[in-house]
Amino acid sequence: MEFIQNYLYYIASFGLILIGLYIILIKRNLIKMIIGLSIMDTGVNILLISMGYLSGGTAPIFSRENLLPSRMVDPVPQALVLTAIVIGVAIIALALSLAIVLYRHYGTLNIRKIRGLRW
Amino acid sequence: MRKAVSFILVVIIAIGIGFSLQEVPFGKTKSEVRKYYLEKGIEQTGATNIVTSVVVSYRGFDTLGEVTVLFIAAIGLSAVLYRKEERLKKEVRKSSLILYTGCRFLFPLIILFGAYIFIHGHLTPGGGFQGGAVIASAFLLTMLGCWRWGGINRNRFKITESLSGLIFVVVGLLGLLYGGYFLLNYLPKGMPNELFSAGIIPIIYIAIGFKVGSEITGIIDNMTRSG
Amino acid sequence: MILEVILVFVMLVAAIAAGIFKDLLNAIIATGFVSFLAAILFYFLQAPDVAMAEASIGAALTVAIFIIAIKKTKRFEEDEEGS
Repeated sequence: MEFIQNYLYYIASFGLILIGLYIILIKRNLIKMIIGLSIMDTGVNILLISMGYLSGGTAPIFSRENLLPSRMVDPVPQALVLTAIVIGVAIIALALSLAIVLYRHYGTLNIRKIRGLRW
Repeated sequence: MRKAVSFILVVIIAIGIGFSLQEVPFGKTKSEVRKYYLEKGIEQTGATNIVTSVVVSYRGFDTLGEVTVLFIAAIGLSAVLYRKEERLKKEVRKSSLILYTGCRFLFPLIILFGAYIFIHGHLTPGGGFQGGAVIASAFLLTMLGCWRWGGINRNRFKITESLSGLIFVVVGLLGLLYGGYFLLNYLPKGMPNELFSAGIIPIIYIAIGFKVGSEITGIIDNMTRSG
Repeated sequence: MILEVILVFVMLVAAIAAGIFKDLLNAIIATGFVSFLAAILFYFLQAPDVAMAEASIGAALTVAIFIIAIKKTKRFEEDEEGS
């Protein structure tokens, strides 16, 4: 029980990263690989936020008058992850538009059959 | 064969991570920067939401870089999906009366909610990026349900996006003029927990909210129309 | 505590299911579900800003962009021949 309580969020985030990596390595459809990339992105964000957690802490907002700043969680990883989520959606949109153009040109989305770079 | 090798590789990585996680405890942070930002945050920036003051004021240059990355992604997407000849316009599917009335009723409410989120970014959880995403989903609703409006006006969205980015950079450069550094907080700070406080932080978040909202709407419109 | 364990378990099962489904629409819905459960976990880690961003961007806009992409290409993954 102590083990689960300490390492639950690490198991969640690394589990998502490894599942996403496995989907990218195994699958052959291009859109399925982009789905794996999106799952990896979510896993990395969970890992970053769980690094800044303080046991028994509260959110870093001074909404009332007397709140102790020593009992608040770390605000710096939250600022970085906010940026990372928005950049993640921009990358997914760009990757999907490249997949649409590839389908227009080759007629298939199987990466074994798209061999324009081979000689 | 390929599946077996990949599975063994993933298992090796998992074992390596498991060994390295013994050193990192969960729930104890040893960061010194956190104490500085939490204690001096209110008197130096005036915003009660410390995450907002870190994103806009202490690390505002990273936010400028991120806005640039979004802009480059939107331009790249529009350039890749370009088609020279215009196809014949397909027939628009008419939605039923209930759907059309419901969408028309919900559209101003969702925009009001999104604007509330990015205007009060320095007081409550929220800010420019979240409010911009809510506004983009309001326009996505009209693309699906309101067929009589005939899509969105592209030129207006391009002008809004460019102007908001320009406002962000100009406000930062004015800080350089007033002495000191880029993104200096030169407007009066006011009392904490009020709407007109925290210097230039509400202005920058309003600009970011408009920019992100119109950008993601433009991305979705580009992907829907061409191809 | 029990609630967090259940949420993490369901999230990992949904991520594995997103890799197994052959119909791409089902895989996209599983990805949206993973994002939605991650937003709830962000709230348990005392980060309301990030929870709001992940819920509005990851669970709504990413799913919409994926569905537009599979409308322009194929919907079903084809069968794999060989290895």
